[in-house]
Amino acid sequence: MSAAVPQGRRPGRLTVGRIGVYAFLVTAALFFLLPLWIMVVTSLKPMEEIRLGNILALPAAMTIEAWSKAWSSACTGLECNGISVGFWNSVRILIPSLILSIMAGAINGYALSFWRVKGANVMFGILLLGAFIPYQVFLYPLVRIFSLTGIYNSLTCIVLVHVIFGLPTMTLLFRNYYAGLPIELFKAARIDGGGFWSIFFRVILPMSTPIVVVATILQVTGIWNDFIFGLTFAGRENLPMTVQLNNIVNSTQGERAYNVDMAATMLAALIPLVVYFVSGRWFVRGIAAGAVKG
Amino acid sequence: MDTISIHAPSVPSGGAKTRRRMKVRLPAALALLPTALVVLIVYIGCMLWTVRLSFTSSTLLPKLDWVGLAQYSRLFANDRFLTSASNIIIFGTLFISGCLIIGFLLAVFIDQNVRGEGLFRTLFLYPYSMSFVVTGVAWQWFLNPGLGLQKLVRDMGFESFTFDWIVNQRMAIYTIVIAGLWHGAGLTMAIMLAGLRGVDKDLWKAAKVDGIPTWRVYTSVVLPLLRPMVVTAVVLLTTGVVKLYDLVVAMTLGGPGIATEVPAKFVMDHLFERNNIGLGTAAATIMLITVVTVLAPWVYVRYVRPQGRHA
Repeated sequence: MSAAVPQGRRPGRLTVGRIGVYAFLVTAALFFLLPLWIMVVTSLKPMEEIRLGNILALPAAMTIEAWSKAWSSACTGLECNGISVGFWNSVRILIPSLILSIMAGAINGYALSFWRVKGANVMFGILLLGAFIPYQVFLYPLVRIFSLTGIYNSLTCIVLVHVIFGLPTMTLLFRNYYAGLPIELFKAARIDGGGFWSIFFRVILPMSTPIVVVATILQVTGIWNDFIFGLTFAGRENLPMTVQLNNIVNSTQGERAYNVDMAATMLAALIPLVVYFVSGRWFVRGIAAGAVKG
Repeated sequence: MDTISIHAPSVPSGGAKTRRRMKVRLPAALALLPTALVVLIVYIGCMLWTVRLSFTSSTLLPKLDWVGLAQYSRLFANDRFLTSASNIIIFGTLFISGCLIIGFLLAVFIDQNVRGEGLFRTLFLYPYSMSFVVTGVAWQWFLNPGLGLQKLVRDMGFESFTFDWIVNQRMAIYTIVIAGLWHGAGLTMAIMLAGLRGVDKDLWKAAKVDGIPTWRVYTSVVLPLLRPMVVTAVVLLTTGVVKLYDLVVAMTLGGPGIATEVPAKFVMDHLFERNNIGLGTAAATIMLITVVTVLAPWVYVRYVRPQGRHA
């Protein structure tokens, strides 16, 4: 079949091969869309319709009641204030974690690629290796350390944890980016008498926009989607949205309100989805850049 | 995506001499100090602490006695752990091979100069942006026999259709695989597609001149060329497999019974709910050993050997 030539202009002729290609792609697209479709239609249906109707069907009596219930009055265990609590907790966790981890990554990357510090590369090597170690290996001692210092189960604690475990990827990202900048730039700044921090803030940081964007995409989705750290370190008052969602869905007594569950799920997926659709190709670049860690 | 550079470029060595002369290094050292402390305390310290605890009889509180390998022999006699271990092997094998096959196929089909390429790519990859909790909850709803897929097909007239894997002890782990594939296949597709776009266009002309069928070119010529992409994908997917926890918690909570327990969940449960720190840390240490064993060859090939050859 001559249809399968990947490059070059092809007129829109429809051969059997072309139809096969599209049939495969459309089937695959339907598979990937299916759960999202089901989530959306379920969240818009009243419970009677869910019990009797077809899971794929559009809602006959569309209602956004489940959404408002999920947002403001669904029960996450004993309290019934909806997933909005988790949403704002996630925001409060995300913003400081994001800023601090990107700053840490930028400073580390800058120090590693432009300055020679004894042992810095060994440190970086261990940090990279550490990125592959399962979190379970660190969690218990970390909990003990945080308990001893009295910050366990607090916002500070969960932010610190995100910064600590974001270090490998963030450092790698910025180090690689800075390694690609011309060294002459740095030399010139040195000749002009710039010190460590003044070169960083006046020369390097203003040139870092692309990598800051990539780092932001990576960290926003990563931190927002985190479950295990939030569960372990955030404490009852600061549980992120993922943990609250799991509580809503998996700790309900009696009949489950599937429409509320699905509305809550959509709400929890909203921020990463927006980031994904807005960032487009940058998203892939972000994952690939962080791929060494994963 | 244009180019995806996965290999870490090394710091340019041209300025090495100039840089060595720079005397004002104290601020740089101070700037790296917090990270150095984190590496020492968290990445090294906590790891050693966990390993040390696995040789103690700690239960609710950590003790520093020494019971040798007692926790490990208990661990390997523990049904829950053995199920976890076999589950992670089943999941890992099916998930990684499934992602590679589906990802490669999707990439190849997208690469056929199709209309709406951007749309297809977006649709295949969007699940990856969502959390495992969201993924787990969505699939749990779709696969529940009472109202989900099974009912759907039965209502269409196939009265005896049965798809109860998620509540079936023997099959439940495979539903986790399905949800995992839905979440991760798009990522493999993105990596493979980046590789396909890097293939020399002349290769296709040459193959066409020689009259080699397209599928042969893909399997015999292109696939070997994509080796670095496959390696990246495997490493990425493997770290995902080891981390498998949220998806299981959200989708099946390890059930029915202990049918979908996984090692990460075993550790979490024993450390924070079952108050058995000795056993939990022993399981964590086994995870550590496994990851190091799997990754060591890759780290060697990727970071150690090239330096030895080219330096």
